[in-house]
Amino acid sequence: MLLIHCPYCDETLPELEFAYAGEAHIDRPEDPSAMTDEEWRDFLFIRNNKRGTHFERWRHINGCARFFNAVRDTVSDKFLTTYKAGTPRPSDAELEELGK
Amino acid sequence: MNVQNPIQFEPITAAHSGPVELTILPEATRFNLRIDPAGLAAASTAFGVDLPERIGGWAESATRSAICLGPDEWVLLAEETDRQAIEASFAGIYSDVPHSLTDISDREIAIEITGDRAAELLTVACPRNLDAIAPGSGVRTLFDSAQVVLYRDTSDKFRIEVWRSFFPHVWELLIIANKELASGL
Repeated sequence: MLLIHCPYCDETLPELEFAYAGEAHIDRPEDPSAMTDEEWRDFLFIRNNKRGTHFERWRHINGCARFFNAVRDTVSDKFLTTYKAGTPRPSDAELEELGK
Repeated sequence: MNVQNPIQFEPITAAHSGPVELTILPEATRFNLRIDPAGLAAASTAFGVDLPERIGGWAESATRSAICLGPDEWVLLAEETDRQAIEASFAGIYSDVPHSLTDISDREIAIEITGDRAAELLTVACPRNLDAIAPGSGVRTLFDSAQVVLYRDTSDKFRIEVWRSFFPHVWELLIIANKELASGL
């Protein structure tokens, strides 16, 4: 079982309490009515599906109930870090430091 | 409290199936409070207990207690007769400190779990590290597949508050696990 650090509870807790919520840092369109069908398709359905360092959202649904962001390596399944929703994503240099 | 077992149609209040004592606690008043932490001082005054700021913190006065479940979420516990008094005092601060106070008294049933092996019994279905839950605190977590709020009074006394509809499952599971403890499995 994965152990996930909740940045709100500040505790590392079992995966069972959490729910995965898709890729993180996807901005909502500023002017939805001006978007073409292709742009809508990309916004709604097209995701990175990255091999390696992946930015993703999780929700501590059976705990404090908060959404937060996580950086996980999709190859090793290791979490590099988790951080509160609304805070900027860690820089590449910071991630490299965490990955060591 | 009279809780009917849906299979046997008998009121149940306690079970003695093993070394751990399982008791259904009497009805109480429970409120779910959502409030901006900036308004915590006003809410503490209205309720009469200093609401804990840390998630998992559980503060008590003589007859009332409050547990912090999330960054802006608390559960307030009080005696059954206190319901209207609490509603009235929170209504008094609503214009200054907007909040949501929801009566969830009837949504949940509380089970008290006491005995030397209470923590061992809970490990049957609770994924948390129970040693990390200090006496006098509590958390929202899972029990098997049901969401519960788990309180730890002392090292060998716990309380589970579970939604009414999940109660039969949790109760039967506790009884079966207790029998397993008794039989040395």
